[in-house]
Amino acid sequence: MKAPAFSYVRAESVEHALELLSRHGNAAKILSGGQSLLPALNLRLAAPAVLIDIGRLDELRGIKLRDDVVTIGALTRHADLLTSEEISASLPLLRKAAAHVAHPAIRNRGTIGGNLAHADPASEFPACMLALDARMVIRGEGGERRVNARDFFRGIYETALEPHELLAAIEVPRPQPGSRTYFHEFVRRSGDYAMTGLAALAHVDGAQLGDLRLSYFAISDRPHLARATSHLVGVEITAERIAEAQAELDAELDPPDDQQASAAMRRHFARLLLFRCVADVLGRPELAMEAVR
Amino acid sequence: MTTTRIALTVNGESVSADVPARLNLADFVRDQLGLTGTHVGCEHGVCGACTLRVDGEIVRSCLTLVVQADGCAVETIEGLSDSGEIADLQAAFRERNALQCGYCTPGMLMTAQDLLRKCANPERTEIREHLSGNYCRCTGYHAIVDAVERTAKARQRRS
Amino acid sequence: MISSNQPKCLTALDRPNSYIGQSVPRPNLARLLQGRGQYVSDLVLPRMIHVAFVRSLHAHARISAINTEAARAMPGVVAVVTGRELADVVTPWVGVLSHLKGLKSAPQHAMAIDRVCWQGEAVVAVLASSRALAEDAAEAVEVSYEELPAVTDMRSALDPATPAIHPDLGDNLAFERNHDAGAVDAAFAEADEVVEVEFVFGRHTGVTLEPRSVVADWNAGERRLIIYQGTQAPHMVQNIAAKHLGLAEQQVRVVCKDVGGSFGIKVHIYADEMATYGLAKLLRRPVKFVADRVESFNTDIHARDHICKGRIAVNRNGSIKAFEIDDLTGIGSYSMYPRTSAIEANQVVNLVGGQYTTPNYRARARVVFQNKNVTCQYRAVGHPIACSVTEGLVDLAARRIGMDPVQIRRLNLIGDDAYPCASPTGLRFEALSHHASLQKLLQMMDYDALRAEQARLRGQGIHRGIGLASFIEVTNPGAAFYGVGGARISSQDGVTVRLDAAGSVTCYTSITEQGQGSEAITAQIVASGLGVSIDRVRVVLGDTDATPYGGGTWASRAAGIGGEAALQSAKMLRGNILQVAAAILQARPEDLDISDNAVVDPSSGERKIELSELARIVFFRPDTLPPGLQPEMVATRHFVPREYGFAFTNGIQASWLEVDTATGFVSLLNHWVVEDCGTVINPQLVDEQIRGGVVQGLGAALFEHCIYDERGQLTNANMADYLVPMAAEMPDIAVGHVVTPTKESELGAKGAGEAGTAGAAAAVANAVNDALSPFGVSITEIPLTPRVILSALGRI
Repeated sequence: MKAPAFSYVRAESVEHALELLSRHGNAAKILSGGQSLLPALNLRLAAPAVLIDIGRLDELRGIKLRDDVVTIGALTRHADLLTSEEISASLPLLRKAAAHVAHPAIRNRGTIGGNLAHADPASEFPACMLALDARMVIRGEGGERRVNARDFFRGIYETALEPHELLAAIEVPRPQPGSRTYFHEFVRRSGDYAMTGLAALAHVDGAQLGDLRLSYFAISDRPHLARATSHLVGVEITAERIAEAQAELDAELDPPDDQQASAAMRRHFARLLLFRCVADVLGRPELAMEAVR
Repeated sequence: MTTTRIALTVNGESVSADVPARLNLADFVRDQLGLTGTHVGCEHGVCGACTLRVDGEIVRSCLTLVVQADGCAVETIEGLSDSGEIADLQAAFRERNALQCGYCTPGMLMTAQDLLRKCANPERTEIREHLSGNYCRCTGYHAIVDAVERTAKARQRRS
Repeated sequence: MISSNQPKCLTALDRPNSYIGQSVPRPNLARLLQGRGQYVSDLVLPRMIHVAFVRSLHAHARISAINTEAARAMPGVVAVVTGRELADVVTPWVGVLSHLKGLKSAPQHAMAIDRVCWQGEAVVAVLASSRALAEDAAEAVEVSYEELPAVTDMRSALDPATPAIHPDLGDNLAFERNHDAGAVDAAFAEADEVVEVEFVFGRHTGVTLEPRSVVADWNAGERRLIIYQGTQAPHMVQNIAAKHLGLAEQQVRVVCKDVGGSFGIKVHIYADEMATYGLAKLLRRPVKFVADRVESFNTDIHARDHICKGRIAVNRNGSIKAFEIDDLTGIGSYSMYPRTSAIEANQVVNLVGGQYTTPNYRARARVVFQNKNVTCQYRAVGHPIACSVTEGLVDLAARRIGMDPVQIRRLNLIGDDAYPCASPTGLRFEALSHHASLQKLLQMMDYDALRAEQARLRGQGIHRGIGLASFIEVTNPGAAFYGVGGARISSQDGVTVRLDAAGSVTCYTSITEQGQGSEAITAQIVASGLGVSIDRVRVVLGDTDATPYGGGTWASRAAGIGGEAALQSAKMLRGNILQVAAAILQARPEDLDISDNAVVDPSSGERKIELSELARIVFFRPDTLPPGLQPEMVATRHFVPREYGFAFTNGIQASWLEVDTATGFVSLLNHWVVEDCGTVINPQLVDEQIRGGVVQGLGAALFEHCIYDERGQLTNANMADYLVPMAAEMPDIAVGHVVTPTKESELGAKGAGEAGTAGAAAAVANAVNDALSPFGVSITEIPLTPRVILSALGRI
């Protein structure tokens, strides 16, 4: 199981990378951390003519806090998200999620930009970015553009990136003080891809939810922001309310049926996660108990 | 086949080579340097047998192209053994019979040492979690967790 | 019988400074810990080339054309060889054994010739200067197929409408065995309760971390083939390779150094390995084949894949009156060579109910062909099926009559004082310890406290379960396994012990090492039997040019059979040495002994002469010895048990786990094993064998599954989709022992390699059902995935 032959170019700058991209077009693949690309190459599921290695571009690295936005360079590694104090303080959802991504040796090389550009529907970070309403900063030879997470993920391994473009950074609005996050995924083994998962951001207003963004993954061809939360915002939360939201959620989902999980299981897990999330962010464990019944 | 000239250090020794782009770090250290202690188990990043250190951090060498390691400091099980860095961990594995066929062992030791450098007193569940990407078919893991736990405690006593 | 946490050795073996019964660290660990092992995948020889196989994409298809022209022109390519070309070098084989009456299979070639019968079957070999270049060229080989109907569902494989995979065989039934003992119909008719259920066992595989690896080197000058291979049975490989390459056995040497895991995966003769031997001969140079992980999943033997209907008759007083099973297993497209693919079903018939007293037992087993990869003997062959069926039925019966699972076992397990005795299938038990083992297990796990905790947590909506699984285990097999069926697979083993000129000892054994500790226990036994310190003993194994002839390491035979041969050879050498010592010391041999590397006076312990000094005299100054004394500093002994065909062992396991009834996830909290392997040579090695075996059983219980689609495509042939047990999900495992030595050997050791795997899945399944008992649910299918559990609970 050896990778097919390809050429390799190490980009000297973002401009150089963009120039290489426009020269090679679809024949080229960006190599960032390589933790999704290399398995595909070794299994000969991908056969690019040229790899453009952006791994040494320091301008794509780093986590910056400015006003109400956290800018995360595309080359920020999963391991960095786990250890960064800025992330812990500002975006705890990403820290929670990073702990679930694969294993330490993979987190040491895998990058947030590579992960998001790969757009695996079972991956944790795309859903987090959707929950956090992040913007993708995309560089092309024509300049820079920004795409919201909800528009960035287009399908299985499909994004809004054009062949000649590069994901340079992610701008994440800092959640309001007092906001709460929830992250859980159903995996058979630690570090596996999720059967279904949820990344959520909530604003708790007394006993009520001021806002609730439930971003599911491994439930569709891209992360899914539940519309059913409208039933739960600004109202007194009861088991009945949650049941209504569940039914609504069920109606809006069309999950795939595959080896990892059946569609029915994914629906079941999604409903369960809604319950558990609301119970968690409101600090009302009795709601989750009711859900089990 | 075009090749790329690289220079790196492997276990402290300078190495330079012309390598094809597709050559991964595991095959490079094994086939070109004869450092066969780095084992190849799955070649798609799941089993952990090929774990080694690049610039002080553990990586899957089957998921790292050797051209990506240009200019880096690579350390393999042979290096960690000869430097004595993990002599106590190796002794604990031996005393506890925390290996049978030995094929997972280099990667397991690399990963365990990574944990012990980051966390002085890990709980058993933390040890299991940190090792959760390293497959062992022989031991059932219990003895490995024991050996890592004992090493952590012994290092704490010494420090 | 000795029962203790730390098993002690037998007094007969308890010579001064004995290593038997001690947890001596294995001598080969330092090498492995430094990454300085020598696995076949590490081996490089001059002029060595690499083979990559073009493998069938289809489960069943006719090969209409093969075009290798483009591939031959690719960089680095040395040769491209088709199945038809290779058939001139390697003759075909049929995987049958005469004692499995009626077993049939079709001739199998090293590579497919005109038809492929499973997805992954090798069709064309591409040889190049590197594996990467061989794979590049393999992609350029064009094979045209005409797809044929694929037989994939074992339930319909025997239907008249289903085409026979091998038309010459007439149908898809490879083997059937029926057994009827006692008065089964009467027992079922008269019993208070009858429970009937179908058990489903998923197909899984061994996933050795080092894939199968071979380097075959044909030296045309010597006319000799050296096969470097990670194998459990070097002499078997020697015999088979010679036979099918048209060579005399002495023209084949098999060398086996370190092996990255075996578990039965590496005890067979695989078509692609045979192809590699043939390619080396054809091309007159070393050829290396290392299966990659995808090839491993598609071609390493699979195992299990049984659907077994089971019935149990029980009276309300707890008395089990009868067992009946009807087992169906799908073995893929050929019976594996040379051990055949009928052994597992045969074992299931042999073992079901074997730990219980009822004489009434009826069984049918049918073994059918499918267009899938072959199944064959993987760790604990048949045991997990038999144990899960038996213990699943016993638990269901207990539940039916409202009896505690412990109590029904107390009432029905064969009494510890009932031996020797035989099972309804004629298995002869020398001495087992079911009740002592059960008692010890209950103490270790604090059964009553766990039951109380279970009840308390149930009130909080937390569902935990306890599962028990007692079992019998086949070890130390004699010729009854294979030899009587005509296979040239040795059931005896030999050990040669040699005192060297500096007073150290070299020992050659025909058992092999794949991590179990063969080298360690051999050194322990030889050191103890001879009276030297273990650091003076070097063990050589895995080389047909060097070691005595023997079976190797499989079916839990190395310690019990190879160990006894080691003991007897050491004793013989001790006698030889003492004869020389007596001559030197002018004493009588019977008044001397060897201890701590010296000939001593056994009564006073006085050191009379160091072995190094004795060796110096023997090898360099034999002129000083009395006339007529010819020292023999080498001794060889062989051993095979003769009285019993197998040394049965027994044991019992318990699982304590939690089922999240909302998600169907199972968390393993604790696992206990008590087993009785007779004399324990190295307690730590036995415990770790058990633990490793348990986790393989836990993998089968919860995770592992080769998932084929209806077209015979293996859909999860990678380690991301085929789930092996990893550290985070596995529990700590407590191991205890009861010691009932076999009297077949002086050593008294039986095997311990299967015990863990034999009972783990049954214990887990019983625990899951125990946890789910408030829901009135019972599940008899493994792996117990969240999907299976949620479905059973009606949540999806």
